[in-house]
Amino acid sequence: MTVPDVPALDVPVLDVPVLDVPVLDVTVPARAPWSAIIRAGQELTITDLGGNQAVDCLLYDAHDTAVRYSAPDTVHAQGNIFLTTGSVLLSNEHSPLMTVVGDTCGRHDTVGGACSKESNTLRYGHHTYSQHACVENFLIEGSRHGLGKRDLVGNINWFMNVPVEPDGTLGIVDGISAPGLAVTLRAETDVLVLISNCPQINNPCNGFDPTPVRMTVR
Amino acid sequence: MATSTTYAAREHARAQEGTRSDTMPVLPASDWPAPPDGVDPADLVWAETVAGGGYTHRVLARGTELRLTDLAGDACAHLLLFVEGRPWERLNVADTVKVLWNAYLGEGHLLLSDQGRVLASVVADTSGRHDTMCGASTLRRNTERYGDGSLHGPAPAGRELFTLAAAKHGLQPRDLPPSISFFQGVRVGPDGGLTFTGSAGPGASVTLRAEMPLTVLIANTAHPIDPRPAYTCTPLEVLAWRARPTGPGDPLWQASPEGRRAFLNTAEVTR
Repeated sequence: MTVPDVPALDVPVLDVPVLDVPVLDVTVPARAPWSAIIRAGQELTITDLGGNQAVDCLLYDAHDTAVRYSAPDTVHAQGNIFLTTGSVLLSNEHSPLMTVVGDTCGRHDTVGGACSKESNTLRYGHHTYSQHACVENFLIEGSRHGLGKRDLVGNINWFMNVPVEPDGTLGIVDGISAPGLAVTLRAETDVLVLISNCPQINNPCNGFDPTPVRMTVR
Repeated sequence: MATSTTYAAREHARAQEGTRSDTMPVLPASDWPAPPDGVDPADLVWAETVAGGGYTHRVLARGTELRLTDLAGDACAHLLLFVEGRPWERLNVADTVKVLWNAYLGEGHLLLSDQGRVLASVVADTSGRHDTMCGASTLRRNTERYGDGSLHGPAPAGRELFTLAAAKHGLQPRDLPPSISFFQGVRVGPDGGLTFTGSAGPGASVTLRAEMPLTVLIANTAHPIDPRPAYTCTPLEVLAWRARPTGPGDPLWQASPEGRRAFLNTAEVTR
């Protein structure tokens, strides 16, 4: 913001827009979980600080957590597997939980799910079993809200790139995100947002280098 | 027949035995008139025809083979699998497509749990029209599409049917993850867009092999992106028989490194 060229006054000149102070602005460390309740009408912006950092995300109706994000409902309602501006993130009862209202990355995944210690043994080998994984983050952070293993379903992967070839071959490939790119979600009802800042180091979902992400609520 | 007294009502009820319906279970299953080739009728453990808009469910022993047949060409068999007795381990669609590097189900595909194990393998498929992306319909979706999605109405929604099937195994709506479906195909374009490819026609079948003891839930209801304006779903034949699980000497065990490790993880807890 440009500071107006005015005579010096005996008061400080604000150099931030006073009406744009977020109610929450935190950095989630690399590999860490995070959660928050986003009230209806509030907007959550997730910023990819380091570039190509997958942010695994689950959504729950804050007042009835049996109603939660459904990848298949979201996909079949919009007729497309990629998420971007305009995508309505639907629940398992087909009700809107959040809407993507801003996206400077371009597209995001909701097919690939979360990494886990167990699936890592299949994808890469049993030598990876001791490594941290998104399901561990979801379980420990979910437990703070009374959620358990039965409550984990297919999740969103912000900033993750999962193309599908004509023969059905799909996989996590090099990302299309970059430092500073962001996605903004508007809550359509009070939503519990559960995040795993993905710790995966065996595929390009984090550029093989997990980095922090920023969460801003307005 | 009179039903004005308890005695008459009892006679009336008992006289109904032997009535045939196009959609019903046959008991014992060994009485099923047309067992699959090579299957001893005595090995049949489940024989049922499920109505369009209907559901069914069963516990299957490890090694059981389960054949689903789209009798008239407009069935859509939505499927959920749970480890019997430990339902928190269940079908994980994301892992099923991601670990196997393929979004499209077919012969040789493994249906994986969230614990890196094989719940079931696809051992035969004459359809090739299946879906892992769209899940099942909901009350809200079918009400938008058809004006009704209730169980007692003409267009029962998939999630409503799954809720009933799950309840009969002590499971609640929060136990229902995304499902897969057989017999109505969906393909993904380079831009991520979905194309509905419909069925392969009457008589197509898929055979699954239980690689762990399973609770199987099946909802036979129209695919959520079936473009036809009228709700359309026809009967599904369900047959299951005793067989044996995939072993280290079977080609399927070695078909991919990911699958081999999934079978190893499964063997660790089933031997």
